[in-house]
Amino acid sequence: MHITLTHYLLVSAALFSFGVFAVISKRNAIIVLMGIELILNSANINFLAFSRFGNLNMEGQMAAIFVIILAAAEAAIALAIVLNIFKRFNTVNVDEVSTLKD
Amino acid sequence: MINQVLQSLPYIVPELIVTGTLCLVLLLSLMMRKKSDLLVFVAALGLFAALAVLTSQPFASACLFFKMTVIDPFSQFFKLVILFAALIVVLMSRFSDEVNQIKKSLGEYYFLVVSMTLGMMFMVSASNLLMMYLSLELTSLTSYVVVGFIKQSKNSSEASLKYLLYGAFSSGVMLYGISIIYGLTGTMELSGINQVLAQGSANTAMLLIGGIMLLVGFGYKISAVPFHFWTPDVYEGAPTTITAFLSVASKAAGFAMLMRALKIMFLDSSALEIGNEFWPLIHGIPVVEILSVLAVLTMTIGNLVALWQDNVKRLLAYSSIAQAGYMLLGLATISNEGYSAVMLYFIVYLFMNLGAFYVAMLISNTLGSENIHDYKGLGRRAPFLSVSMAVFLVSLTGIPPTAGFIGKWMIFLSLINVKMIGLAVIGVLNSVVSLYYYLRIVRNMFLHEGEKEEVAIRYPLAQQLLLLCLMVPTLYFGIFFNPLIELVQFSVQMFGIK
Repeated sequence: MHITLTHYLLVSAALFSFGVFAVISKRNAIIVLMGIELILNSANINFLAFSRFGNLNMEGQMAAIFVIILAAAEAAIALAIVLNIFKRFNTVNVDEVSTLKD
Repeated sequence: MINQVLQSLPYIVPELIVTGTLCLVLLLSLMMRKKSDLLVFVAALGLFAALAVLTSQPFASACLFFKMTVIDPFSQFFKLVILFAALIVVLMSRFSDEVNQIKKSLGEYYFLVVSMTLGMMFMVSASNLLMMYLSLELTSLTSYVVVGFIKQSKNSSEASLKYLLYGAFSSGVMLYGISIIYGLTGTMELSGINQVLAQGSANTAMLLIGGIMLLVGFGYKISAVPFHFWTPDVYEGAPTTITAFLSVASKAAGFAMLMRALKIMFLDSSALEIGNEFWPLIHGIPVVEILSVLAVLTMTIGNLVALWQDNVKRLLAYSSIAQAGYMLLGLATISNEGYSAVMLYFIVYLFMNLGAFYVAMLISNTLGSENIHDYKGLGRRAPFLSVSMAVFLVSLTGIPPTAGFIGKWMIFLSLINVKMIGLAVIGVLNSVVSLYYYLRIVRNMFLHEGEKEEVAIRYPLAQQLLLLCLMVPTLYFGIFFNPLIELVQFSVQMFGIK
């Protein structure tokens, strides 16, 4: 089978949907963060696929590299914040972390 | 290649100074842990130097770093607003008991505030979607940390988690939108996108999806409804100084980015001349309709929910959502006049909103409470503070002779000039609603007796001086507003547009 741009876009759309699903339906902060990673990586696949198959310039590849670095920085900060939450609340369930008034 | 980098450097001297300041603050905090006053001094001096350099190059206009960023009067204006807000916030932090209780990591606090400033400065001058995303993340990542700066406090930790989850999600969606736009147009540079759109070959449905995903990122930064869910919790839980900074500078940066993206991407540049009327837009994207709906929702929901709030920070959070709605009205006119009205509103908003949060911070320093029922009788115990709070709140409502009136007046005027009377009426009605909850605070301070004994509260001279610095412009610009109007009419120019 010949792999075309459409296949890549389908994979990335599926990843994006899984990511959004995880963010919306899961209550564990770590799993929500994993969903967000999926969203970022689905965008990366898009960038690379467009850059390769659309005969575009290297801008897409460059974007993907930046996004990978940012995702790492974001994960580091996110885990530190979640760790602090666990120390204060003894849970990482997003619903149970609610002392602020709604 | 290296030549272009070297040629670009002189234009970003303010950013370089801010970068130098943040390195210096970090170094100093490592060497001298005890001297927090020195840190404030260095941070404030650095920000002031950047401000001075910025004002010395008002006419600079250039495209820098391979079209990643631009320097133009528009970006210079917003950098001015951001740097000024940062300077005030650094000085405010000096007086905040909340921040100063954490002696060990004060250096990190100022370091993070200055890096947020740096991120925002790049946000307002970004002219490439990738650069927009990167600078937005620089601002966001540092603000997640600084919102949770008071680690021992449950509220602060919770606020930082909520900010993180909403922020990371919406910037992820924004990134996906950017990748779609890149695929459709083959470039991430705003004017390049404009050229491709002008040819009309891009698929409109996909473009709309990409554009709306992009809007999620902007909407989160300016806390527009329906992307506002993080705002009340984060504003309530974060240290008050940071709340003030987020509500003014972060919002200004988000708005600047949105304004630039809208104008440069969707303006039909084949049209001959841009007057004060509607800009000619590229067909296919309902920009005006989307912005109008967003503006009306943002104002109305912000104002209505604010009516029920008892915590002053939460109340001001909803009020700042409503204020974003008024500014979105100015954007919805899609005209130079509307844009300059929004920019004028930002100058005014800078003073009145920082002022309101500053008073809230001083009061919570002494009373240890942010509940507006505890504000009863403050009019007698701390007259100067209460009077200035009243000035800020009256200005936020938009009643003359305060500066807030001029800001709102300009926005409604620009709406009437492009014949969007309906939106102007909704805006005025919203201001009437907002009068109720703003004056609730004033009424509590002046017309109710306090339950506890009436001991006068004294504030040091330095704290009162800073308050005066915020209150005087709020009154002064309400009467002498012509220089402001000239400034914004000049600053509305963007690079690469006639």
